[in-house]
Amino acid sequence: MKVTLTVWRQPGPTATGKFETYEVDEVSEDMSFLELFDVLNDRLVGKGEEPVAFDHDCREGICGSCSMMINGRPHGPELGTATCQLHMRKFQDGAKITVEPWRAAAFPIVRDLVVDRSAFDRIVESGGYITAPTGSAPDGNLILIPKAVADSAMDAAQCIGCGACVAACPNGAANLFTAAKIMHLNLLPQGQPERWERVTNMVQTMERYFGSCTNHGECQTACPKEISIDFIALMNRDYIKAQFKQRRLASQRG
Amino acid sequence: MTKVSEAPKARLERPVHPAPKEGRRLPFIVEFYGSAVAKKWLMAVTGIMLMGFVFAHMVGNLKLYFGEKSLNHYAEWLKEIGEPIFPRTGLLWILRFVLLGAVVVHIVSAAQLTRMNRRARPDRYQAPRDYAAATFASRTMRWTGVIVALFVVYHLMDLTWGVGGAEWTSGEVYQNIINSFERWPIAIVYIVANLALGVHLYHGGWSMFQSLGWNNGKFNDWRRMFAIGFATIVVVGNVSMPLMVVTGVVN
Ligand code: HEM
Ligand code: SF4
Ligand code: FES
Repeated sequence: MKVTLTVWRQPGPTATGKFETYEVDEVSEDMSFLELFDVLNDRLVGKGEEPVAFDHDCREGICGSCSMMINGRPHGPELGTATCQLHMRKFQDGAKITVEPWRAAAFPIVRDLVVDRSAFDRIVESGGYITAPTGSAPDGNLILIPKAVADSAMDAAQCIGCGACVAACPNGAANLFTAAKIMHLNLLPQGQPERWERVTNMVQTMERYFGSCTNHGECQTACPKEISIDFIALMNRDYIKAQFKQRRLASQRG
Repeated sequence: MTKVSEAPKARLERPVHPAPKEGRRLPFIVEFYGSAVAKKWLMAVTGIMLMGFVFAHMVGNLKLYFGEKSLNHYAEWLKEIGEPIFPRTGLLWILRFVLLGAVVVHIVSAAQLTRMNRRARPDRYQAPRDYAAATFASRTMRWTGVIVALFVVYHLMDLTWGVGGAEWTSGEVYQNIINSFERWPIAIVYIVANLALGVHLYHGGWSMFQSLGWNNGKFNDWRRMFAIGFATIVVVGNVSMPLMVVTGVVN
């Protein structure tokens, strides 16, 4: 098949960017969207032109590096799919496809489609862990966890930190990412000791870089892991509780 | 062509929202208000207060359909509520100030969060976006909110202070309403403003549950139905009054 790719080209962080259009033919339907870019780049290099810079690593939907705004949607039109898992058979022969980098103040463009997502690292550093002594592995069933809790924590823990939620959000908010990173710990018994500190610190770090949620719901539609905005509500609940909570009573239940 | 963006480092060092001050503790309420999640929570709480008012205001005014005596008697009663523990109109004034406070918190938070959101996305997407979930209502909250706020000012001038251009006599609530709503342009203003309020409530009446953290698989489906139901009742009730008067059904 053949596609017309319109791609954002920007030589560096402070350079002026613009769209370039490329006709790419002999595209296999079985290629992934990233392989389409591999083919394009091979041909560009062959012609002595600069290849398009784009982030990628695992190419199996688990690392979260591939970040592209495809036809106005993060990771393209397929639900629950990262760019690396999007196949060309999802497009019509002769399709016109526009590709742009994520746009947010906290995700400055490094080059072409590559953005710097280290603001996410600042959020995780501020509380996305539990403090536990290392050493030999504890017994398997020492801490019992209800099935529904384990399932829900796993749903949140699926977040791969790709940034599609921020890219999709009209407000440039990172509430879905932050909620996922907070709640996968705050739901579990192991996360309880630092629960209130975690939500306070991570939310406040998030707010330094990102916009504020107005509950449009674009993020959960864009999320390649289909993480639900239910977690945003749970994060809001924990954040407000944490502000009123007496810290010295934090171990008390109820 | 976009404007030249800043180097990544410089951009990350200039946050969209100030960080909480280290060391010095500010009063709890000031620190609390410093967070966007808390502002949103306050918008939901004040939103609920405003919804309570809007609903009671509508139910009260529907006495228009029970005749002049009924409506004027209700208006008189509003001044008496809380007696004898409060003086005449005492509780009414307290409620008015609480409501005014709620409106101020709601609007100031909305304005500050809007500014924060603009800063969080300084460069727009250069190709068209394909929105998948945002609704007309969710994307126009600021506009419908501003329309409602401007309308409330006009509405007070028109029917509370009597400076809206129609013949107005203090205490003659029924006649004042008829005098005002008989004018086609004014009836249309009332109808459009209440439709805007309905659109605001279609999103707000759902969004508030998320902002408050009221999320539970057992009742999540009801949240949207509540918003639709509440917005519909308010719009039908409020729009019916200018419509009935201007078409001469009530006079
Ligand atoms: C009768 C008057 C009003 C009622 C009953 C009302 C109700 C609500 C409710 C229930 C919410 C949802 C709260 C949340 O989730 O945060 C909301 C949100 C909002 N309101 Fe109002 N409101 C009123 C007037 C206004 C006015 C006058 C403005 C602005 C000038 C305004 C601007 C907003 C904005 C920007 C939001 C946030 C939107 C979002 O969640 O996307 N509202 N309102
Ligand atoms: S919540 Fe979803 S969209 Fe957001 S960073 Fe995580 S995986 Fe990506
Ligand atoms: S390349 Fe790893 S998720 Fe796409």
